[in-house]
Amino acid sequence: MLGEAIIKGLAVTAKNFALSYVSPERLVTIQYPEERQPLPEATRQFPFLVYDGDDPHAGLRCVACQICEKECPPQCIYIVKSKDKKPDHTGKPQFYPAVFDIDLSVCMSCQICVEVCPFDAIKMDTEFELSTTDRFAGLLYHKEQLAKSNAYYHKIHPTEAAEVDARLAAERAKVAAKPRAASETKAAATAPAAPPALAPGAAVAA
Amino acid sequence: MNAGSDTQPTRHQVRPKPNREGDWLEVSMGPQHPSTHGVFRMDVVLEGERVVRLKPVFGYLHRNHEKIAEGTTYLGSMPYTDRLDYFCSMTNNWAYALAVEKLAGLQVPERAEYLRVILAELTRLQNHASLCGFLLQDMGAMGTPLMYAFREREKILDLFEAISGARMMCNFMRFGGCRCDAPPGWLEQARRVVDNFPRFLDEFEALLSENEIIMARTQGVGVLPRDLAINAGVTGPMLRASGVNYDVRKVDRYGIYDRFEFKVPLGEHGDTYDRYMVRILEMRQSVNILKQALADIPPGPVMDPKAKLRGFRPKPGEAYARIEAPKGELGFYLISDGGPNPYRYRVRPPSFINLTVLEDMCLGHTVADVVVILGSVDIVMGEVDR
Repeated sequence: MLGEAIIKGLAVTAKNFALSYVSPERLVTIQYPEERQPLPEATRQFPFLVYDGDDPHAGLRCVACQICEKECPPQCIYIVKSKDKKPDHTGKPQFYPAVFDIDLSVCMSCQICVEVCPFDAIKMDTEFELSTTDRFAGLLYHKEQLAKSNAYYHKIHPTEAAEVDARLAAERAKVAAKPRAASETKAAATAPAAPPALAPGAAVAA
Repeated sequence: MNAGSDTQPTRHQVRPKPNREGDWLEVSMGPQHPSTHGVFRMDVVLEGERVVRLKPVFGYLHRNHEKIAEGTTYLGSMPYTDRLDYFCSMTNNWAYALAVEKLAGLQVPERAEYLRVILAELTRLQNHASLCGFLLQDMGAMGTPLMYAFREREKILDLFEAISGARMMCNFMRFGGCRCDAPPGWLEQARRVVDNFPRFLDEFEALLSENEIIMARTQGVGVLPRDLAINAGVTGPMLRASGVNYDVRKVDRYGIYDRFEFKVPLGEHGDTYDRYMVRILEMRQSVNILKQALADIPPGPVMDPKAKLRGFRPKPGEAYARIEAPKGELGFYLISDGGPNPYRYRVRPPSFINLTVLEDMCLGHTVADVVVILGSVDIVMGEVDR
C-alpha cells in the first residue's frame, strides 16, 4: 500500500518521542554548563608538568632533556635548558628547564610527549575550558602555569598515577641500592689487595 | 523550428531545444554548499536541470600530510593519520601501523590484534551509521535519522574515549601493538553497545528503508556499472554495491580476520539504493565479527617487547600495507632509508579514488540527484585532500 512505509516510519519517531520521557537510553541530551558528564579516566586534553613535594620550582621532575621538544609532531614545545644545576626535591643536583613553554593553540593533544618522556615529568591534563580573549599570549603556557602537583595528577588519573609512582619508587630504590651493592662487592674484591680507602672512588667509577 | 510551406503548417515550439553550448549553464556547487560534505566544489554544467558535465575541484583542505610525514619521525605521523579520515581514526592508525610493522618486522601480540579488530569494526559501525544518516539528510529527511545515528555513534565514541583518551583523534595504535590495554570494564561496556546495536539497525531500517520517497530518489539513480567500478579502482562498499566481491578483509586476511566468520554483502544494481543497503548489511556483519572477537579476546600483553618508542629506525626497505577501511581500501606505502623518518610516505585514500567516478554516475541526472549521489560515495575531505 502506498504510504504504508511512511506511517511505519512515523511510528518509529513517535515511539522515540514518547520513550524519550521515560528511557534514559533515549534521553541523551545533557545541559552542558550546568550538568556535566563524568570524564573517563583516560581522557586527555593538554600536557602539564608534574612536580613532587610542595615547591613547584624545586620539585619539577623535568630535567630539560628536550626529548619531548624533538618528538612533538606539531612542534609546540619550547625548552631552554639551564646552564647550572639546582638540587631537586630529593636534594640531588639536576638540570632544570629555564624556559618551558607549550603553545596550547598548536598542541593537538596526541600524548606523544607523555609517552617519550623518560622521567614521567609531563602528563596529560583533563582541563578543557581554556577559552581566552587573548589568542596569542593567552594560550602560550609558561612553566609556572604548566607546573601542577603530583597530588593533582593523582586526582585526575588515579590508576595511572599510582603506576607511575610505583615505577619511580622502584627505580629510585634500584639507584640507591646500586652504588651500595657495587661498593660492597668492590670492597670485598679489592679489600685483600688494596687499602680500603680506595674503595669508594672505585665504586663511583663503577 | 519548422519553417512551413503552402502545404505544411508552421510548427512553433514553446521553447527551442538547447543544443548549443551557449545554452548551457555552468554552476559552481560548493565549496560552502550545505550538502557537499566538507569543502568540496563541483563545477556542474547544466542543461535545464540535467547535468551535462561535472568536474570535481578539491584541494581546499590540503594540509601537506605526506610531506609533513616525511619530515617527522615514524611515531610523529601517527597522530596526523587520525586527521586523514577524521571519522575513522582507528582504521587509519591500523593501516599506518601495519605498514610500519611490515617495514620493521614487528610481531603484534594476540590481545592487541583482537583489540584492533574490535576497534576497527566499531569504527565501521559508527562510520556507516553516520553516513546513512547524512545520506538521508541529503535526501530531505532532515535531522531525524541523522540524530538517531549520532545517538548510537556517541556510545561508540564514548568507548573510544575510555580506551584511548580522545573521542575522535584516538592516536591509539602503535608499531607492534596498541598503546595501552583496555581499562577494566571496557569490554563489558563494548559488549553492551554491540548487543544493542542490531536493535538500532532495525529501528533505522523501519524508519526509512522501505519509504516510497527514498526508493524513488535512490533506485536507478547514480548507477555505477561493474566494469567501470573495477577499471576506476573503486573499492569498499561502493564496489561491492556494484556486485564485485572484493573485500580486503577476505582477500588479504590481514590481522586475524581469517578467524572470524562473516559474509560480504553484495549489491546487484550499483545504484544509490544498493550503496545504502550494502552499508546497512555490512553493519550487521560487523556486529557478527564484534560478537566473536569480544567472546574470544585472550589476556596478555598488548605491545611487542621489541618495539621501541624513542630512536625508532627501521632498516632500509619499502612496504605497502592495506586494510579495509569503512570507506574502502586504505593503503600506506613507505620507503625507509634507515633514518628516523620515512624517505617516502604515500597514502592511498579510498574516498579520493572513489570520487573519480562521480561524473560518470551523475551524467543525465538532476542537480538534486547529484547531492544524493555524492552523499552515497561517502567522502571525507580530510582524506581526499590530505
